Amino acid sequence: MKLKKGINIIDQHDKFGFYCNGKFGGNFVAETARKPIEDLSKLFEKLRRSKKFLKKRDFYFKHYLGGETPFFKLNNLTKYLGGAQIWCKDVSAINGDAHKAYHATVNALICKESGKKFIAGDTGAGMFGKNLALAAKEMKLSAKIFMGTKDISRQAPNVKFMREAGAEVVPVDSGSKTLVDAVSECMRHYVSNCDTTHLAVGSAIGANIFLKICAWSTSQISRELKRQLIKEFGEIPKLKLINVIGGGSSALGFWNEFIDYDKKHVELIGVEAKYAAPLATNAKVAILHGAAQYCLTDKEGQIAETHSLSAGLDYPGSSPLHGLLKDTKRARYTLASDKEALNAFKLVSKLENLRPSLEPAHAWSECIRIAPKLKKSDVIVVNNCGKGYKDKKIYIENIGYYPE
Amino acid sequence: MKNSIDNIFKEAKKQNRPALISYTVCGDNNKENSLNILNSISENIDIAEWGIAHNCPTADGKEIQNSSYRALTNGIKLKNIFQMVKKYKKNNFSKPIILMGYYQMIFNYGEVKFIKKCKEVGVDGLIVVDLSYPDNKDFAKLCKKNSICFVQLIAPTTSKQRMKEILKVSDTMVYMISMISTTGSALKVTTKKIIENYKIVKKISPSKNVVIGFGITEKTIGKLKSADGLVVGSAICKEISKSLKHRQNPVTNVSKLVKKLKSKIL
Repeated sequence: MKLKKGINIIDQHDKFGFYCNGKFGGNFVAETARKPIEDLSKLFEKLRRSKKFLKKRDFYFKHYLGGETPFFKLNNLTKYLGGAQIWCKDVSAINGDAHKAYHATVNALICKESGKKFIAGDTGAGMFGKNLALAAKEMKLSAKIFMGTKDISRQAPNVKFMREAGAEVVPVDSGSKTLVDAVSECMRHYVSNCDTTHLAVGSAIGANIFLKICAWSTSQISRELKRQLIKEFGEIPKLKLINVIGGGSSALGFWNEFIDYDKKHVELIGVEAKYAAPLATNAKVAILHGAAQYCLTDKEGQIAETHSLSAGLDYPGSSPLHGLLKDTKRARYTLASDKEALNAFKLVSKLENLRPSLEPAHAWSECIRIAPKLKKSDVIVVNNCGKGYKDKKIYIENIGYYPE
Repeated sequence: MKNSIDNIFKEAKKQNRPALISYTVCGDNNKENSLNILNSISENIDIAEWGIAHNCPTADGKEIQNSSYRALTNGIKLKNIFQMVKKYKKNNFSKPIILMGYYQMIFNYGEVKFIKKCKEVGVDGLIVVDLSYPDNKDFAKLCKKNSICFVQLIAPTTSKQRMKEILKVSDTMVYMISMISTTGSALKVTTKKIIENYKIVKKISPSKNVVIGFGITEKTIGKLKSADGLVVGSAICKEISKSLKHRQNPVTNVSKLVKKLKSKIL
């Protein structure tokens, strides 16, 4: 299996929505949801080709989300680690504090275009939930956010944002009480209300159309980065792009524009949480939440429970698009433990004026691991995709402080 | 051997009533009770649907989720389900049994191996909730080849064109979802509206046996009896939950409920 050059990775599926000769993706959904999903696919294909819609999207990205996020060199960390140059694409500087702002906003715009007044989404770390709540408020939509009760408690600051923005937070108390159950419950809500409600899936997962909308929206990150790299270096230098992987939405956005480059030129490195790492641990392919993907299961085929300090990474599945990138060997996937992520946070926040959330702390951990072994001419860019305020309590509990 | 599912509908028609189809989760509330429940209601039902519990069900309502959870907590595995089907069929040879579940469970077991095992233990039909048309074409063919009835689903959102395509490829039994919903919530539409939809399906394909499911209870079942068949699931699962809560025997309570349901369609 080879990736097709010149075709956006999200479009490299067959007519049934499968990637990689039927191995990943698809539309494993109940009959009731088929028609609404088909309608949404048609609408999205129309909108992404509409100049008017693109203009509207760009307007919102610029004026509502605050425009281009910064790209800068981390001199202290580079010096300390003594190898590759370390750069940061600070996506957390966006209004909304994480990459989820892009696809929450796009989903609200699509919902508006569809004429539906209700929008429903799942959230783990609360970043998507918060951004969806804010976007819904901005566009006068009624939002329901599904969140596991364990996550409601550990990501309380984001829950507060959601409620203040007027969204209804629906606690999900089944199973492991985390993201996987929130997604299931949100999908059930959609099956029951698909005639009136737009489903905004929180990551690049789900039936074909949902992961396409997500990865299409977050790809704003790599469009900006490409411009910023050329401005800094005059060309695309030899790069390593490191990104954390939960469902995989930020990585797909961070990598999108660079997938056609040779991997010796631009290496893509995904970092999963140690006990929620279907890609790095070569898990089996399973059907979860509407799509075939690498997913942690037990022998019987039941979806396995995961464990991560980071709510955003506590998910047994992975995006079908990451399955494709893994099988074609375009991206390499590794993992980091809770402890490694915490240590990375300690070092990065000590040396630099950055406060990454637990999710990108995993990416920083891989950066710290590999940078010393590399040459000065090598450039590492880490996607700092989320702000740490939401994890302040967890950081204090685990490392004793949170630097202000 | 003639497909027994087909015969069952003919027999019900002779008695001028719809076929009564029960849905319970295999292993709810434990392995022994779930087989006892099926054995005890067998004389009042025409077809039994047995659910394969999955821990990420994206189309089930609360009642069936609770049932699945109990079954999984009590350790139900596919291996047990096949053994239990075999036991049920031994005592109830003429009663068709349909397994219903999510595709992941079949995919993980292996499609071919799964079908082979179904055939071996006497499964008559299969419903795979999240394997809809046209993605189910190959699997449906595989079922047909092994004389297992693959039950296609039709929903209120299904367009007429799509309905025609689905009915064209469908086996003898077709499942019509009554309303836009997960399983088991209260009826959001009138029974009159449901029958109207049912008639549309029947008009396209009069020879197919169309059963209606979702939201059917003691209260609503009588008004839908003009259908070829009616599926009661969540109401039974709810009865099991209620019995357990009140420390009563779920086997006798479910048996009573099914008897009542049957009396309303005679």
